[in-house]
Amino acid sequence: MIDKFVRSMAEAMAGIPDGATVMMPGFGEVGAPNALLEGLLEQGATNLTLVINSAGRLRVPGKPPNVVARLIDQGRVRKVITSFVRANSVAGDWVRDGRLQAEVIPQGTLAERIRAAGAGIPAFFTPTGAGTLIAEGKEVREYQGRPCILEEALPGDVALIEAWMADRWGNLTYRETGQNFNPIMAMAAKLTIVQTHNAVDLGMLPANAIHTPGIYVNRVLHLPVGDPVLPR
Amino acid sequence: MNETRQGFEPLTRTGMAARAAQDVPEGWYVNLGIGIPTLIADYIPPEREVVVHSENGILGMGPAPAPHQQNPWLVNASTQRVSLRPGGAFVHHADSFAMVRGGHIDLCVLGGFQVAENGDLANWAHSPTETGRQIGGAMDLAVGAKRVWVVMEHTTKEGAARLLRRCSYPLTAAACVSRVYTNLAVLDVTPKGFVVIDMVHGLDFADLQARTDAELHRA
Repeated sequence: MIDKFVRSMAEAMAGIPDGATVMMPGFGEVGAPNALLEGLLEQGATNLTLVINSAGRLRVPGKPPNVVARLIDQGRVRKVITSFVRANSVAGDWVRDGRLQAEVIPQGTLAERIRAAGAGIPAFFTPTGAGTLIAEGKEVREYQGRPCILEEALPGDVALIEAWMADRWGNLTYRETGQNFNPIMAMAAKLTIVQTHNAVDLGMLPANAIHTPGIYVNRVLHLPVGDPVLPR
Repeated sequence: MNETRQGFEPLTRTGMAARAAQDVPEGWYVNLGIGIPTLIADYIPPEREVVVHSENGILGMGPAPAPHQQNPWLVNASTQRVSLRPGGAFVHHADSFAMVRGGHIDLCVLGGFQVAENGDLANWAHSPTETGRQIGGAMDLAVGAKRVWVVMEHTTKEGAARLLRRCSYPLTAAACVSRVYTNLAVLDVTPKGFVVIDMVHGLDFADLQARTDAELHRA
């Protein structure tokens, strides 16, 4: 019997090695796998590369830094691949000091590089970023009369995913804007670990409604953590 | 500087949003950037059906809900709580940017630091070496939308021109902007440069030119 449910955070985090590329979805805390991130913080893996849309949330006076900022602040992150690094953030400080590498790229290119990795496309040409700083060092070709730059697929070793519902095969659904990077990061990583608000019996998810089929999923931890809390 | 004493009144942020909203026709699929562009949605009358896209995966975004109807799972690209109009849909990030890059979005309205007379846009960094790099979705939107409008103040707070012969800041995309709405004027970007199609009441062409680095042309 296939059963991808794990019973503990330790089991969920087992085997994430030092030096891993870890994919972290979420947009404004919605669809962010914060419980698994806490688990990673506890688990201890270091020298990580994080793939995350926004690496530097602004400091909010009176509020503790979020879990990604704490991971960076512990010196556990070597590099972020992201579309935002804000100056007034923990990540911004570490980048300024030269202790953290940041590859800052357009959000659509980030999404498509992840999707391409999951879909077996090693590289693609895109018009986004042509003629800008981010094109430096990249091959340029003209297609349909426009300059396009070569971008490579971005695979992960691990993806940490936040789902709304999951079954034991690892079929997943998401809520509203909680999809964001979750479906494509689930496809793009060798080891896809899910936290789900709801665990349902096999066959209970309507087949037409499944966002991420279980083929992309390795482990599922049932954690009804509640609604996302906005940073501000 | 009190510009009213000079016989004209610059538009406020909401005034600029309202002016741009007048020009968005029914049926368009529209992405509104962070800042003043987001406010444009408030000035499109509800009976005019315009479908608003948000890069984090919403098509058919609606206004901020009443406090008791807020859904913590439904936020826009500025992470503000929003609503979904009947007929709206949610998609993942790769699909959201396929809509953008694939040329399916009729109009994107972005904020800007600088726009050049050939339509070059700079809106993500003030220097090539800045620590805070905030590209977000702007580069994809600027190359992918069928048309790109920019809404911004005509000059910086210090009075420096933002409508330039050539941008001095790092580019978001080359030759992408077709129209600019400022607190003083509406300008089309054409093969001959900026063409002034509207000015605030009481401002004359010479006043506008004096606040602009690029050469302006009359409509």
